[in-house]
This record gives sequence, C-alpha cells and structure tokens, in this order.
Amino acid sequence: MKETVFGAVRISEHVWWVGAADWNVRNFHGYLTDRGSSYNAFLIVDEKVTLIDAVKAPFTKEMLDRVASVIDPEKIDYIVSNHSEPDHSGGLPEVIAAVKPEKVFASVIGAKTLAAYYGELNVTPVKTGDTISIGSGNLAFVDTKMLHWPDSMVTYYDADKLLFSQDAFGMHLAGSMMWADEYDKSLLEYEARKYFANIINLQAPKVLALLDSLPGLGLDIQMVLPDHGPMWRTQEDIAWILSLYRDFAEQKPRPRALVAYATMWHSTGILATAFAEGVRSAGVEVHLADLAENDRSSIMTHVAYSGLIAFGAPTMNNQMFPAMADTLCYVKGLKPQNKLGFAFGSCGWSGEGAKQISAELEAMGVEQPEKFIQVKYMPTADELTAIRDCGKRLAEQLLEKCK
Amino acid sequence: MKKYVCNICGYVYDPEVGDPANGIAAGTPFEELPDDWCCPDCGVGKDDFAPEE
Ligand SMILES: [Fe+2]
Ligand SMILES: [Fe+2]
Ligand SMILES: [Zn+2]
Repeated sequence: MKETVFGAVRISEHVWWVGAADWNVRNFHGYLTDRGSSYNAFLIVDEKVTLIDAVKAPFTKEMLDRVASVIDPEKIDYIVSNHSEPDHSGGLPEVIAAVKPEKVFASVIGAKTLAAYYGELNVTPVKTGDTISIGSGNLAFVDTKMLHWPDSMVTYYDADKLLFSQDAFGMHLAGSMMWADEYDKSLLEYEARKYFANIINLQAPKVLALLDSLPGLGLDIQMVLPDHGPMWRTQEDIAWILSLYRDFAEQKPRPRALVAYATMWHSTGILATAFAEGVRSAGVEVHLADLAENDRSSIMTHVAYSGLIAFGAPTMNNQMFPAMADTLCYVKGLKPQNKLGFAFGSCGWSGEGAKQISAELEAMGVEQPEKFIQVKYMPTADELTAIRDCGKRLAEQLLEKCK
Repeated sequence: MKKYVCNICGYVYDPEVGDPANGIAAGTPFEELPDDWCCPDCGVGKDDFAPEE
C-alpha cells in the first residue's frame, strides 16, 4: 500500500469513502457555493472491487491516493458511473486508463453520454431491475431519468444495505465531517433546500413519483450516500431528508415573500422597499434582494421558499434591465409552482421593464392578482403608497392561500 | 400509428395516449404534433425523435 497524505474513510463493512472536498469552489456552473462542495466516491472491497462514481477531474489523483490507502487501485474490477455530469465523471477517463477495470457500468443513456464526453469507454449499459453480483453482495440499479439528467441512476448494494444516490439528497457543503448527524440541522436544511431549488426543482413531479415508488422497491436502506456533501447513516436522518424532499417537491405556498429588484438610479429600489413594507405590515416575512448584490442561485433559493415573489426592474434601452432578464430566465427554467407574483419598475419614457417582467411571470404560470406598477423617473408619494398597499393586499391573499 | 422514441432520454411518444399534459389529444400521430412540441421529459424538439424499432 502506497503512503500518501490522503486516507480513505471506512463507512461500512465493505465500503470506503474515497472522494474529495472542494473547499474553495464558489462558482459551480453559476451556483454560488459559499460553503464549497465535495465529490463523494466510494470503494467497495468485495470479491469484485468496485468504484462507485468518480470525482471532478482535478481531484482524480487525490481519489486514487485514497483508494491506494486501502487497496492497490489496479485491483479495481468494476466501475459504476451513476451520473455522467463532469463533477462525477471528469476523473473517469484517467481512472479507467490507470486501473484498466474489467467493466464499467452506467445507465443506457449514461453509456451514450460518457461516450459523447470522453470517447468510447466500453461502458456496459444497465437498467432498472438489473443486478450484478460482486461477491458477498449484489449491486442493483434503479434508473432515475431526469433526476437530474437523462443518464441519472442510483445503485443499491445489498450486502451493506447502502444506497448510492448520486446527486439526490446531496448538497454543496465541504467539510471534514462525513455524516449528516455531525452537522447542525438548520445548516443542512438550508443547503439541501438550496440544492433542490437550483438543481432539481424543475423535476419536482418526478421526485414525488420516485418517493412514492421507493417503498415498493423493497430496499432495506441503512445509509444513503449522495455524491455531494454529508451522508445519511441513521434511520432518523434518512426519514428526515426524504420528508424534506417531499416538502421541497410539493412546493406548497409558504407565508413568506421575496422582493427581488434591479435598480439604476434607485427609483425601483424605493418601490421595492415600499412594497416590502406593505408585505411586512400584513405580518408576512419578507426578504429584499438587490440583484446587483445577490447571485441568481440565492434568489432562486428564496423563490422556492416564498409563496409571494415580486420582481422589479427599470427599463433600459426599451428592455427590462438585463440583470432581471438573467434572473427570470434562470427562475423560469426551474419551474417554481404555486406562486403569487407581482411586477413593478420605474422607467424614463417607454416603460417595458415591468410589462416584460409581468409577461415572464405569466409564462411561468405565476398568478398575478394585481396589475404591474410602472412609474416614471421617481415615484411620487402617492405611487409609493399605492405600491405599499399593493404589497399588503398580496400578503393578505397569500395568508389566505396558505390556510 | 407509430411510436417515436426520444434519442436523448428514451421517452416514448405513443400516439394512442398523446401528451394530454401538454395539450396533445390521444390519437394524435407523431407527424401531426405541432412544430414547437418538445419531449415532456427532457425538453428536446421533434428532430431528436426516431421511430420505435
Ligand atoms: Fe449533476
Ligand atoms: Fe453533481
Ligand atoms: Zn427526451
């Protein structure tokens, strides 16, 4: 066994964690990862030595060093790739070249996707219902198509009763502690919520279907091992994260409001503040965010958690201010459901800003009980009162809706 | 009527069922789907579909 600084963490009789923490990543394809992330990979030392998932390319050597602390990496017989996205597959070509595994498994679509990324890797496609024996236990595969990529699948190892759940039930959170029970619950809830909102929300109906079908699969799951962040090893924690996922996916309205705005000369900012005051006066919690200071993934986290979403932007060059177009494009793709919405903005002359926001909200299926408010140059005292009152009325409607 | 399969995600368009969630009535042949119809699972357009073998 080769001595390096990187060790593996034993997680069950046959399984070691051999992943990597990415402490300083702050921009994960545009998702603000303010606590870093991690790429979990797993080594099963059974008759067939199996590597489950890999890591982002720059961490490949670290992963192989962790493997080497347990067993000579060339002893790896099988590799399972649950998800082809490069944060988990980036290291695969190098690993395959180094260990020359007997077989590499991925879903039918995963085999195609890996070939598209890296050229032919001779992947053996597997699908729901397929199992392979690796000695004392079997690996069973379950397709989780579009959760969150077409290729996604999960793998169950019956000897140790572990579910390797790839991105599902994970979060972007770097840490030296491996287990969810070693972290503060409110931190886990926030990061899991942010992850779901930004990565999985658009597939919420499929999440509900999967959660409903889970008991029918008859799997005795003692640990859930996602590809990012802390892992779940107690029945209590597993039940907790499953129920959180149901809650995130159901998207029931919450008595909470987000007011997100862009502003040039602060007129829209003043409108936003007046609207928020109205919401607050109705006893509804409200969060105010200037898009110049808040990234889109943080905005989306608030969107997911709020029953009322108000967006305001000035008009620039006969268009809504570009930062708002960016945010709305992103939010729309993630398909938030059951929202009350409101559009507003200031303009100099033509006034497309609020109108375009309102049209985008309409296209998202967001209910807008109040017509958008557009003011010229600087809001008057009457206009400020009007938008505050509008905030109050919408907050009251939200409270009704949440009953 | 022929079934069509999404090359990207494997979704099967079955004309007998249609795609009611997206306004496509049962009995609509693949050829008669509107040009902007897309895969209800992964979102790709009709060009990425092939007849089922
Ligand atoms: Fe992913
Ligand atoms: Fe991932
Ligand atoms: Zn598709």
